[in-house]
Order: sequence, then C-alpha cells, then structure tokens
Amino acid sequence: MISRRDFLQVAMATTAIYGGAAFGTWSRAAAQQAMTQDDLLSFETTGNVTLIHITDIHAQLVPVWFREPEINLGVGAAEGQPPHLTGKEFLQRYGIETGSAAQYALSYPDFTALARSYGRMGGADRIATIVKSIRAERPDALLLDGGDTWQGSLTALRTDGRDMVEVFNALGTDAMTSHWEFTLGIDRVTEIVENELNFPFLGANIFDAEWNEPAYEPYVIFERGGARIAVIGQAFPYMPIANPGYMFPDLSFGVRDERMAEVVREARDEGADAVVLLSHNGFDVDRKMAARVPGIDVILTGHTHDALPEPLLVGKTHLIASGSHGKFVSRLDLDVRDGEVKAVRHKLIPVFSDVIAADPEMTALVEAQRGPFKGELSEVIGRTESLLYRRGNFNGTWDDLICDALLQEREADIALSPGFRWGASVLPGQDITREDIFNATAMTYPEAYRTEMTGEQLHIIMEDVADNLFHPDPYYQQGGDMVRVGGMGYRIDIGRPAGSRISEMTMLSTGEAVEPSRTYVVAGWASVNPEVEGPPIWDVVESYVAREGTVSISPNQNVQVVTG
Amino acid sequence: MNFTRRKTLMTGATAFAAAMLPFGAYAALSDDAIAEFTGGAEVGSEGITLTAPEIAENGNTVPIEVEAPGAVSIMVLAAGNPNPDVGTFNFGPLAARQYASTRIRLAGTQDVIAVAKMQDGSFVQASTEVKVTIGGCGG
Repeated sequence: MISRRDFLQVAMATTAIYGGAAFGTWSRAAAQQAMTQDDLLSFETTGNVTLIHITDIHAQLVPVWFREPEINLGVGAAEGQPPHLTGKEFLQRYGIETGSAAQYALSYPDFTALARSYGRMGGADRIATIVKSIRAERPDALLLDGGDTWQGSLTALRTDGRDMVEVFNALGTDAMTSHWEFTLGIDRVTEIVENELNFPFLGANIFDAEWNEPAYEPYVIFERGGARIAVIGQAFPYMPIANPGYMFPDLSFGVRDERMAEVVREARDEGADAVVLLSHNGFDVDRKMAARVPGIDVILTGHTHDALPEPLLVGKTHLIASGSHGKFVSRLDLDVRDGEVKAVRHKLIPVFSDVIAADPEMTALVEAQRGPFKGELSEVIGRTESLLYRRGNFNGTWDDLICDALLQEREADIALSPGFRWGASVLPGQDITREDIFNATAMTYPEAYRTEMTGEQLHIIMEDVADNLFHPDPYYQQGGDMVRVGGMGYRIDIGRPAGSRISEMTMLSTGEAVEPSRTYVVAGWASVNPEVEGPPIWDVVESYVAREGTVSISPNQNVQVVTG
Repeated sequence: MNFTRRKTLMTGATAFAAAMLPFGAYAALSDDAIAEFTGGAEVGSEGITLTAPEIAENGNTVPIEVEAPGAVSIMVLAAGNPNPDVGTFNFGPLAARQYASTRIRLAGTQDVIAVAKMQDGSFVQASTEVKVTIGGCGG
C-alpha cells in the first residue's frame, strides 16, 4: 500500500523547439519527492501566449474516480500508436514508475489500490485554482473548452446544462466547441449560445442542412502578447448519426477537411500568426487532419478522452490530449513571432483533488448548482463489491451492471448498451448513490426500449458498430466504443473487413448459437431514433440495484477479441 | 418500478432501423456505364475533385459536389445502387465553371464515382466511399 505521504511528483513538462529537441519524458528524477500543489503547477512560463485546455468534462463538477481503458485498440495507421497504448506499454512509453501517481492518473493497472492512495481527481473548484494560478503568471492566458461539457450528470440534465454554463462562464472561458451539447436540443443550444454563454461557441464544420451554409462562427482571433492567435472550432463530425439527429434537424456536420483548409487560409489571410484548432474530432481523426490540412500549429484534441503526457507531433502540428471528466488541464505556452510558432512548452496537469486546493468562490458556485438536488444526489441505492467502470473498447463493469439490469427488469434475452466513453467509476466497497447511477446514464434520450430482433438483425447492428470503431480510415470512425452486450457472447476479429468481423454469437443462457432467422427479445437504451418508448435507463438500473442490494460484477469473458 | 411484458413491444423496430445491402452487388453495372461513357478509353485521375461526406447523415439525401475544370460533361454514378446511374452534367462553352452539386440517394455503403469527359476527348475519374450506417452509440 502506498501512503499519501509518498505522493510522487507528476511533472510532465516538455519543451519543443522546431528543428531541435524531441519531447522529453516524464521526469523520473522527481519520482521520490512528495507531491505538492506547487509541483503540479510549476511551469517555466515561456514565449508570449498561453493556452489552457479542458475537454470532455461531461458535467462532472466535483472530483470523481475515473479508470482509464484497459483495451483501446488502434487500427490502420494508428495501430500500436498513442493514444492506443494501454497498461504496461503505455507506462513504458512514457517512463512512468510502477505504483506512481502518474500510473494512477493515466492508466488502469492497480487502479483500485492506487485510487485509495491518491484520491479522486477533478472538480471545478480545483480546476479554478489551476486556471487562476496560470493567469497569475500570464493574465491573458486563453482558456479553451473542447466540448462535451453540458451533459453527463444529474444536475446538468435537470438544469438543461445551466449549471455547466454558469461554471464555465465563471472560469473565464474564451471559446468552446461541441458534441453532446446538441443533445439538449437545438432550441436550448440556441438559447444558451445567444443569451447565457459569455464566450463564442465555435464550429467550422456545422452547416445549415438545407442550404449548406455555415451555421456557427468558425473561428475567432485573439490578440495575445503582440501576436494574433486564431482559434478554430471543430464540432463532433458525426453528430446526427451517433446522436439523435431529430434533436437538431436543420444542422449538418461532417469532417469536411476541405472546409477546414479554407478556414485556416482565411484566418491566415486575416493575419493570424498562429492557428489553434479546438477540436472534437477524436484523436485519430485529428491526426489524419493534421497530415492533410496545412497551417495548423496546435490541435487541442477531444472526444476520444485520451490523456497523453506529451504532445504528439504530426509534421509541424502539435496534438494535445487532455483527458476527460476534469482529470486533467493542459497548459501550453507558445512563443509566437513573425507569423510562426517558434517554441512550445507543454504540461499535462493532473487534477489531484487532495493535492490541489479548492478555489472557495468556485466551491460556492458549484454548491449553489448542486444545492437544489442534494438530497436526490446523495441517496444511497445499493452497494458494489466490484470496481464499476466503463471506459474501454468492450464491456466494462458499469456496462455489465446496466446490461444485467436491462435483462432482469425488462425480461429480455439480450441487452444492448451504447459504447459511450463517459461515466465515472465507483470503487469496490462503496455505496452506489443516485448520483453514481446518473453519472453513467444521464442524457436526454434515455428510454429503455424493449423490442424483438432476429439474429440476423443483431449481427448487422454489431457489424455496423464495429465498423464505426475499427474502420481502418479514421474519417470513417465515430469515436465511441463497441456496443455493450448482455446475455450474448461473440467473437470479433477487428482486422477483417466490414461485415465479417463478428462471429460465434452465442446465447449465454443456453450456450446455443444465435440463429439468424430466430427472433430474440432485446432490451437497450439510447436509441437515436425518435418516438422510442420505455422507462428512463436510470430508473431501470436503480430498480435493479435496489433489489439486489449489493452488486458484484465479475470480469466480462464473453467477448473474444482477435487482433492483427 | 415494475416492468411487465404487457408494457412492452411498443418500442417496435424503431430502436435500430437496419437496412444494409451486400457490398458490390451492383458494381458490374457501373463498370458497364463507365465503359459506355468513355468508349473504353483510358481514364486518368488528375483534374477532378469529388466531395462527399465520409459517413452519410441521411442515406436518402447525400450531398455531393464535383468539379473538373475544362470538362464538357461529368457523369456521376452510385456504384452500389440497384440503378447506379445518378446523372450526367453537360457544360456548354460559356460555362464559367465546370462544377455541379446535387443530392443523391444511397442504398447502403458504397463508392460514389464521377467521370469527366474533357475538351480534348480524354477522361478523368474520381471516386470516394460513402458509408451509410445505422448510427447510434457514439460518444
């Protein structure tokens, strides 16, 4: 067991100068020091421009547990490349010590034990402390939010995102882009953007579906340190496909890299010395875009929830990956002169909630948002003996719990649960509160449907989702994980072409093969189609957990994964 | 909370609307159409730009754009449709730009192909895959 006094230094400072040094690795020399707020925040202020990046916080205002993925397979050019390294490979690549705070923050091994030592991560009040500390050194530092901000908690759901808007206004955010924001429905998004948000809501790839004209501001130019910095927003490209299009029927999205090239040129023509892309593309899409669209200096990546201790360089473009759920804040100092980025200094700051002090003003604001829901949030529904987590390409224990609930409560043969990447973890031995259940389920199309499907239809769905995850060209990927399945096992060969990856679909109750022509009762939730009926998924899960009292989820052995 | 079988099956098949056709079933038809258009001439790949979404937001109306400076006509095919012929755009000598945009219906994931006949009688071709997906589960 590691005691709190052994907190390790998690400095992750790197410097890159064009034509010069490569990115450094995490400082091993610092490994024996006790971790303090000063260590976490220490940064040699460089150049004339500072960017602060937060993304995919999924409405988590207070510190959470969040286990990083064990399985995160890359395909095509991304195979074996960051961010598709996990566990030991990840730790080796970045020189991270076994049992260290960095291991806890960035990877999955020994998660439960390390979590008990190092504590929860994130929290808007800790983030506020970090932002204020950076702005004490560089008052005009730009705070950029990559989106997936207004969804993911009970309070964001109940207030239609109002709590998050208040908090991000108070943080002094300078611009944001979006994804789940649109699942509040276009009317609410418009209301927020026009009346509540103190900063621009950017999306170069959001178009009017009928006339194919830009629907939102593509970029904004900031004057900082004598330089002009263009910040371009790129919303999640597959909005109407991956989420319910009927909620924003007049909008069209897409990768649109020719449009991105045009916007970059326009910003440069307007005198931008540096171009920053605030992106919700997903890491692999950004990597491809960086190689195809010239003139982008920095891509602040999002959507795929990756946290990388060092930037990844594609040509002259620095890709920054700042994690999710408020676990990390990235700081990036740039030396921008003569229309060029001359130097970059980067640090992925881990938001250890027991090390970084809470900012009292922000604590008060967060409490004000949560106050009306306090009783509801804290109600204990049951208890877990197992770690509950979601993140990973295939079923996590949270997903298995949700699938078990669907099978039982909805009397189904097979359960399907979406491959979302959001949802905080719960440690073994902890109570499961209503807040915990909402952290894994809160969204605006929660209906738990019950329907009949043939074995053939199920196979088509599984293949379709698999191709959205494992298509070798990232522009054809949607960035979620594989649909989670209860009651049925299967084999997936990720390297095979679309339509032939999934085989050996087997009913777990009988061990019999799923027959293409036979009809099965299927329960699921989060359908993207309109007029789906059923109780909200959180009620289904709550009812199941309450009846079980204590849940225990053994590791899922029902998906056989073939790679290579 | 009590969910019984009686309350069920109202959700119908709206949960996932599955419709996919086997890939390449109609590819031979588009090969024939190209052969007819070009008269079997060699087809280059430079000087034509075809823009289409990687993943269709709605397979029933997929926006595409094609441009081939100096073309006299551009034929567009949806190689995976039962009838792959989308249309042929002809440009007169006074056309300022040899550009067309339209919306097409795609029966499933397939290649969209554009073949341009140039003023000198040569041909160029571009193609791009458009995925038609059931959707859901992203994020």
